[in-house]
Amino acid sequence: MGDMSVIISGFGGQGALFAGILLCHAAVVEGKHTTWFPAYGAEMRGGAVHCAVNISDSEVPSPIIDKADAVIALNDLSQIKFENKVKPGGFMIINSSLSHVETTRDDIEYIKIPLNELALKLTQPAFVNVMALGAFIEKTGILKLESIKTVMKEMAKTVSAKKAALLPNNLECVEYGAKIIKDCLMVR
Amino acid sequence: MAKVLVKGNEAIAQAAINAGCMCYFGYPITPQSEIGEYMGAHLPEMGRTFITAESELASINMVIGAGTTGTKAMTSSSSCGIALMQEAISAMCCAEVPGVIVSVMRGGPGLGNIAPAQNDYFQAVKGGGNGDYKTIVLSPSTVQEAIDLTYRAFHIAIKYRNPVMLLADGILGQMMEPAEFGEYPFDDPDTSSWALNGADNRPARNIVSLHMPEGAMEQLTDRLFEKYEQIAKEETTSESFMIDDAKLVLTAFGSVGRIAKAAAIKARENGMKVGVFRPVTLFPFPDKDLHEVAKKADMILDLEMNKGQMLLDVRSAVFGACPVEFFGRTAGGLLTPDLIYQKIEEVYKKIETKTKAGVV
Amino acid sequence: METLVYKRPESLLKDGQFTFCPGCGHGVVLRIIAELIDEYNLKKDTIAISSVGCSIFLEKFFDLDVAGASHGRSPCVATGVKRCKPDKFVFTYQGDGDAATIGFNETIHTACRGEHITTIMINNTNFGMTGGQASATTLVGQVTTTTPKGRKPELTGYPLHAAEIIAGCEGTAYAARVAITTSKNIRQAKEAIRKAFEAQIKGLGYGFVEVLAACPTNWHMKPIEAVKHIDNIIEQVHPLGVFKDVSAQETK
Repeated sequence: MGDMSVIISGFGGQGALFAGILLCHAAVVEGKHTTWFPAYGAEMRGGAVHCAVNISDSEVPSPIIDKADAVIALNDLSQIKFENKVKPGGFMIINSSLSHVETTRDDIEYIKIPLNELALKLTQPAFVNVMALGAFIEKTGILKLESIKTVMKEMAKTVSAKKAALLPNNLECVEYGAKIIKDCLMVR
Repeated sequence: MAKVLVKGNEAIAQAAINAGCMCYFGYPITPQSEIGEYMGAHLPEMGRTFITAESELASINMVIGAGTTGTKAMTSSSSCGIALMQEAISAMCCAEVPGVIVSVMRGGPGLGNIAPAQNDYFQAVKGGGNGDYKTIVLSPSTVQEAIDLTYRAFHIAIKYRNPVMLLADGILGQMMEPAEFGEYPFDDPDTSSWALNGADNRPARNIVSLHMPEGAMEQLTDRLFEKYEQIAKEETTSESFMIDDAKLVLTAFGSVGRIAKAAAIKARENGMKVGVFRPVTLFPFPDKDLHEVAKKADMILDLEMNKGQMLLDVRSAVFGACPVEFFGRTAGGLLTPDLIYQKIEEVYKKIETKTKAGVV
Repeated sequence: METLVYKRPESLLKDGQFTFCPGCGHGVVLRIIAELIDEYNLKKDTIAISSVGCSIFLEKFFDLDVAGASHGRSPCVATGVKRCKPDKFVFTYQGDGDAATIGFNETIHTACRGEHITTIMINNTNFGMTGGQASATTLVGQVTTTTPKGRKPELTGYPLHAAEIIAGCEGTAYAARVAITTSKNIRQAKEAIRKAFEAQIKGLGYGFVEVLAACPTNWHMKPIEAVKHIDNIIEQVHPLGVFKDVSAQETK
């Protein structure tokens, strides 16, 4: 598979930026070219954050994305802000637990997943960002799920014991995201 | 060595460490604070010096102190912080003190904002300090190039005894991409013939920037300008992308240089002969190379995230060889591939109209 | 029998002539510094940092390595030098315009960091080199070219007491104010500067000596009147004393 651009957006604390970094690391594991560019701001917590990720077999000239192949919106504000950033024919993963906003386009695919509900049922604490990543990877096939899991395992070795203890929860969430996407409500 | 995913700011910091930077003096400012954080985490445990200075005035003057001893030292800041350093940069050029200054540009003027911008080309290249002087300015467009140019900055600062500025912007500072560090590739010249270390069985030395005797300052400046000519001969660097048959050549530096490539690729896919010329050294500016490019092209479109600063150097280099158009956004307004492409379509029509008129 | 009673310090250039005005205090202090550098055999290990003002031309007088600093930034340059060459002896030589006015932030922070350097600050209560304008240390009522009717607190505030403030910084090992108006207090001044040097040599912290010095030209006084002016007037506002001495506290 060739090029893929994705915008991941949420409110601060949901891990939208971190999900993008995981994706890039996984791309590096597979020897692909990749860029990650965050909207950096003054907010430390609670504000709206997003990042733009490119994954490609060839060099990525622009880290700035005009229209993305996909958008992952972890809350309602993200859905509103980035709905028009999806290329015609692209898709949008929406966290339907936190967004009940009407969709407005008929030239893109919407995939609504109640990420918070599913994650809470699955494990405690749960991670909606990596669950969304699992879904995204399964849907696009741009990377192997195994690569993300490798990255998570490697990262766990470099962080505090408290954070490293959350590795099983993260692995469970990313796998579940990949599995659940097939059963999800799809609206074209 | 394998490629690692690394943030621009952190890549610059690690490259400085690899280059043998013994001291970092800085003051926090967005969007480059990761450089100071990285240095604060790593330098002390390596037995090197890290100081959060009381201001940018202080940090650049600490760099001067280190530089007078022939030690590799660095500071980093952004737009308004770099403004505070201008007096010292002028003094460094005059007294011939080496040092590396990293400028990660944000929106201005004033406190402006923290968004990516390129509105400090003048500040870096023309200098806000007093007197006739030149700062060497290197402008990376990728994280890999940020590493390579950080290495080069440390080397040529010592080689020419001149401050070198690495001019990046918020995009490059904040983005991540895979890059390879490798080893510091230069052999640095010996500094023992001029560095201050105490007048032990040798005449006392001084490294100062005040030269009062009649004619002394002019004589010194003439010699400095001979040095700048030498730097221009030996260090001028640019990148040409799809330029050989290009009718329209885009000129851009730093991040915009790479974004312009995306637009040029799309233009080629749509039958337009577009290339990119990217100055890597902003001083010395690659004016001869650009002039040769302009002689073969039908038009130049200069792209900058400012109101047209490098444009003056571009026009001066082109010197009438072909028309020069400008497209820019400023103070945090991003130049995206689509925006550049739309502008390409617009100016390319002018080229085609002219060509047709010429045939008729 | 002949006894050597005067010898030109080795640390002064053999052909270096002081070019200060008659009655100026700079020459006395520069000589004290040179004598002490000789006494401690530091000539080969010293890097002096000059500043802006009448204190600028160190390389014209000292046979020492000299780095020049922009106005007020000598402590920063000294910090950079000392951190790179911790085994060298580094001092700054500044005036009240440089160290206490434009560069007081740098002076305070250097003290707070406890940099192992020494600052000698000549306080002549005005900007001497530029023609006698009011500085931060100018006395209330003092006539200068920018306060032709005398410094008025309601307009320009009060004099800054540098040595006392620097003494309040934890990183300061020694802070004192001295005068050079009599043979006796010249000897005391030398002992104070010796203590500030030793603070660096022993690695105790920052040393700061403020020297009250005459500026007869800008004060529009004869040298002898200027010296009396220090004793009778200036010392009332900027009192002499040792405000901090870590080595004395340790021996108690």
